[in-house]
Amino acid sequence: MAKQKVLIYKKYERFWHWMQAILAIFLMITGFEIHGYYSFLGYLNAVTYHNYAAIALIVLIILTIFWHFVTGEWKQYIPTTENIVAYIKFYTNGIFKGEPHPTHKTQLSKLNPLQRLTYLGLKIVLFPLLVTTGILYMVYRYPQGSKIEFINIGGLEIIAVLHTLGAFLMVAFLIAHLYLTTTGDTILSNIKAMITGYEELEVHEDKKENQTEQNLQQS
Amino acid sequence: MKKVIVGLFLIIVAIAAIVYSIRDPYVDKDSLEDLKTKFSTIKKSKVDHSKFPELQKEFKDPREVTKACISCHNHRHKEVMASNHWNWERPTYVKEKGILYIGKKNTINNFCIGSHGNELSCAKCHIGLGVDANKNIVFTDSTNIDCMVCHDNTGTYAKGNEMGGAPAPTVNLKAVAQNPGKPTRDNCGVCHFFGGGGNNVKHGDLEKALFHTTKTVDVHMGDDGMNMSCIDCHKTENHQISGKLYTMSSTNNHRVTCEQCHGETPHSESIINEHTLKVSCQACHIPVYAKVNATKMEWDWSTAGKLKDGKPYVEEDEMGNHAYMSIKGSFKWAKNVKPNYIWFNGTASFVTSCQPIKDTTKSVVLNKLYGSYNDPFAKIYPVKIHKAKQPYDPETGLLITPKLYAEKPGEGGYWKDFDWYMAAKKGMEESCLPFSGKVAFIRTESYWLVNHMVSEKEKAVSCTECHTSENSRLAGLNDFYMPGRDRNNLVEFIGIASILMSLLGVTVHGSLRFYFNRKNKR
Repeated sequence: MAKQKVLIYKKYERFWHWMQAILAIFLMITGFEIHGYYSFLGYLNAVTYHNYAAIALIVLIILTIFWHFVTGEWKQYIPTTENIVAYIKFYTNGIFKGEPHPTHKTQLSKLNPLQRLTYLGLKIVLFPLLVTTGILYMVYRYPQGSKIEFINIGGLEIIAVLHTLGAFLMVAFLIAHLYLTTTGDTILSNIKAMITGYEELEVHEDKKENQTEQNLQQS
Repeated sequence: MKKVIVGLFLIIVAIAAIVYSIRDPYVDKDSLEDLKTKFSTIKKSKVDHSKFPELQKEFKDPREVTKACISCHNHRHKEVMASNHWNWERPTYVKEKGILYIGKKNTINNFCIGSHGNELSCAKCHIGLGVDANKNIVFTDSTNIDCMVCHDNTGTYAKGNEMGGAPAPTVNLKAVAQNPGKPTRDNCGVCHFFGGGGNNVKHGDLEKALFHTTKTVDVHMGDDGMNMSCIDCHKTENHQISGKLYTMSSTNNHRVTCEQCHGETPHSESIINEHTLKVSCQACHIPVYAKVNATKMEWDWSTAGKLKDGKPYVEEDEMGNHAYMSIKGSFKWAKNVKPNYIWFNGTASFVTSCQPIKDTTKSVVLNKLYGSYNDPFAKIYPVKIHKAKQPYDPETGLLITPKLYAEKPGEGGYWKDFDWYMAAKKGMEESCLPFSGKVAFIRTESYWLVNHMVSEKEKAVSCTECHTSENSRLAGLNDFYMPGRDRNNLVEFIGIASILMSLLGVTVHGSLRFYFNRKNKR
């Protein structure tokens, strides 16, 4: 086994990640201003920019869904119970003793089972919740105000309340997510990887796997 | 690296382009300029009335002037006599009551209460020349029309006090007759600014300061702005003046709206245009009313009748307004008032003079304005709520229209005799209504839509005056969810708890890692 620089996060993936990070944080800042927690950009600006950023994020999400299916990256998020106990043990015990991560990151399996579960949850529960309620919030017209019957929702309350719930959970996720980036080999190694795309990984002397990685790198 | 930056840039541009094209493209920039051009053209009369032989005489009786007008304008008097402005009533549909004749003749307000028995005083604002004992004739006799009160352009015409509507003896009728023209703000304001017996008593947004004002007070009427006249908005065809007052009107028609000139969506920001579906223009563009002089907010008739040395007296508040009058009771006034807000769909109902009050424990709403969030025709409107304590008959449950004005003591007029029993008896007799002999007082409210004193757009109500959980202007309207104002307690709890749990977990886990890391190194 030897350490080797491996491309973990491809160009589009990094672009997606950081755009999403910027937009999500911007949406949190403007969103909680709209919710009435503080005043920062001014209410009208907050609402206007929140809507623009939301549309940008939706475009990004559509592109990314496309990318996931074209590249087959969606398979990274298939949930697995394999090693899940090992990872729970690692985060609650082993990490304090300086033990190594239970499995090795590879390009084909860059997410550990807990990450898989979390990100799948984000992708199929939290994001759809925020996006659907967000779109309804935008296209919503007051009762009978629009000629399009199906968006004549009786009131904003249920939409707004679910959207707010989603927003709170996003903040909670972000805090945990930021912290967990520090649990790599070094405090900054995960963040560095997400910026440069490369991470120093222990590579098994398995030709087949190496071969695949090189192929992927070239593609 | 270059490729990456160029790629990123292109994608951002693409996203921006999509966002921009989705944005509501409607910007109505030119319409305000168009409107300004339209209303800055002053039409001058094509004829010189002072040259007409019919008007070359010394008029002794104002009725002669009216005859002279009709001799040329030989159909106009019929139009005037068909108007509610003249008739003091009009047939109108009232929800749950059917078709009623509603107007000054028979409605009850909570200022000077009603016109019955007080015609000689009230008729100062009738567009007729005389109301006397023979009341019916004055509404059917065309020579009784007062053309001059609306069409005098000399600014010298004035009605006499308590003369039943006749002009003051000092008016030079010849000069007035020779200088007629379209009604100006002076013509309308001389009555409408003084409703309720003094300047700005009733409306709050219509007062003598509007004779000459600035854009800060009223953006339409300001001398430094468009200096518009009342009839620029209250469009008039055949003497039928558009616009109505919902203390006496009940149906959603003949209204004057901001939209008739400005359209439904005049803002450049689409998010603000979306508001116009549920929020009236007035709600944001009239942040305060009674900007110059105070308006009456409360009127307590029950304290009236106190005398000093057997004589009625008057006390003033710190602003110089009447705080107490023996003849009327005690008052509260306010200036720069933030309106109350209600849902309103253009229809209203009234407590009529022959309708007994059932629930006397609550404040009685004299003119109920209808509307709610779920009503497709309702919008949020600003109102002035005038509160009063006024006489009613505890036996019959009827609101009492007292006889207030009288020429001499002993005729039963409250303002001369200070006797509620006599005033009520006389007043109810004149109204042809029963009276048990008992007078009590009841709390009432009347709702006055605030439509004038529109501020400059920079001073419109800002987003966070409503979209806030603290002292929202719309705190009283609770039948809908409003972002920034409303929160769901459970979601707030779950949300904040999950953020705190996340923070706590991260802190504890991080500290433990730090601690064991140092321990392991040693």
